[in-house]
Amino acid sequence: MRSDRGQSAPLGLKVAAAGGLLFLHLPILLIFVYAFTTEEKSFVWPPPELTTQWFAVTWNRPDVWEALSLSIRVAAISTAIALVLGTLCAAAVSRTRFFGRETISLLVILPIALPGIITGIALRSAFALADIPFSFWTIVLGHATFCVVVVYNNAVARFRRTSGSMIEASMDLGADGFQTFRHVVLPNIATALLAGGMLAFALSFDEVIVTTFTAGQQQTVPIWMLEELIRPRQRPVTNVVAMVVVLVTLLPILFAYYLTRDGDQIAGSGK
Amino acid sequence: MPRATAPAILPGSGGMRGAFSDLFWRRPKLLLLLMLLPPVLWLGIVYIGSLFALLLQSFFSIDEFSGLINREFTLKTYGDLLQAANLDIILRTVTMAALVTLASAVIAFPIAYYAARYARGRWKALFYLGVMLPLWSSYLVKVYAWKLILAKEGILTWLFGKLNLLWLLDGWLSLPIVGGNSLSVSFTGTFIVFVYVWLPFMILPVQAALERVPGNLVEASSDLGASPGQTFRNVLFPLALPGIVAGSIFTFSLTLGDYIIPQIIGTSRLFIGQAVYSQQGTAGNIPLAAAFTVVPIVIMGFYLWGAKRMGAFDAL
Repeated sequence: MRSDRGQSAPLGLKVAAAGGLLFLHLPILLIFVYAFTTEEKSFVWPPPELTTQWFAVTWNRPDVWEALSLSIRVAAISTAIALVLGTLCAAAVSRTRFFGRETISLLVILPIALPGIITGIALRSAFALADIPFSFWTIVLGHATFCVVVVYNNAVARFRRTSGSMIEASMDLGADGFQTFRHVVLPNIATALLAGGMLAFALSFDEVIVTTFTAGQQQTVPIWMLEELIRPRQRPVTNVVAMVVVLVTLLPILFAYYLTRDGDQIAGSGK
Repeated sequence: MPRATAPAILPGSGGMRGAFSDLFWRRPKLLLLLMLLPPVLWLGIVYIGSLFALLLQSFFSIDEFSGLINREFTLKTYGDLLQAANLDIILRTVTMAALVTLASAVIAFPIAYYAARYARGRWKALFYLGVMLPLWSSYLVKVYAWKLILAKEGILTWLFGKLNLLWLLDGWLSLPIVGGNSLSVSFTGTFIVFVYVWLPFMILPVQAALERVPGNLVEASSDLGASPGQTFRNVLFPLALPGIVAGSIFTFSLTLGDYIIPQIIGTSRLFIGQAVYSQQGTAGNIPLAAAFTVVPIVIMGFYLWGAKRMGAFDAL
């Protein structure tokens, strides 16, 4: 009898798994240390001394605030569009089987399955052909397109777990389609949509490749960072912004996780 | 007034709303059409339309004297794409993508296996978050962090110095192709950062595939006398393969198209993404840039087709 049910994992496996996780996390933690270093010109390790002065310097930089404001506005509008499109698509695909259903799910996945540079240059060349000048809306157009899939994935998973018989029951009890949507469907999918929206927001807030092709002269936070990486002006400011970006994106992710973690116990799933 | 019993069938709610509601109930296909129309129109026009416009431009050519785009259909640009220098770029990128995919699969497997088979309760959640947080944290911040680590005066050099292993680092950096002035300007650095950034995309589908493997299958294998290695080769690996293929869609495709990592951490020798970027930007040769993007599209087309046949889409 060599079965290992209930036993703990072999040591080698534990070490490899822990090592992999450390590999994933240490570099990000490092950013936090660098945000406090007194060394201004290079990436010296270990930091000679620690200081908080760069936070004040960053706070007084108008270009950082402009980039942040643009990023937030773009992410908010793109998320709103993605929520509508993604939910509609998920509702259609999960409820019914129809000709071209597979094509549609492929269509939704394609903008993230193909490299971002393709989406970026395709949009740019289309803007050029159609004589559309770069603006806030050209950025949104690109972002909303690849954000749809995140909302779609979350919504589809929840729709599959929501029992169809609840909708039938609601209709049998005399509710019309809109009431059923408002009082039965929406409460069931709300947390999944919120989670999808959070993830879409984080995705848009962080996107750099598609944005470089659709932004013209405007700078979102990632474009600002890219510019600083290629032509550094004040390295410590970049460190501080990097740390803030990590915190700003992690919170929505944690919240989205919190919202979908009990996904298996949604009402009516057992029927 | 006594309460009347509710009629078995209620009258419709009336008005526009009721009429629509009834219409949708009677004609579900109409509702389906209305639901699908906005997303399909958006993705069809904005995305597929743009892709088509891009494809179209790859059949234009650039006039070498005036630098203007000649809007006549020709295969000349594809001829340019097949020049030795460009083929070099394509080969370099595909090799890197394959190596990154392979390394990601190797590193991802133990994490995914531990999370799928041994982690329970709180540990399971911790593992999940441990993969999700790096996946979702800012791409540029991650690249930036590695710039700090790999730079000549950065952590790795310091670490190698502390361990008295600088000779090893210098030896590696003096090698042709993989080496360079420092890790942050070498293919080794590019490779490490690619693996780091795409690794979570590999872990999640592999974990999903492994979670579907019943534990007693592994037990049966070892009860029947198989060594852990044999169990891995004959039971676990084949069953995890769709997950690995699903993960490789991301690691491979993302490496094929990325131009920021090799630009920030790497040598001056180009990858496809950088070639696309410089052709459309500084060189102003949109047709050649478009033809370059057709390469990853075609490769990924075949890749997705093969992956679908292996059942990888169910593991996504």
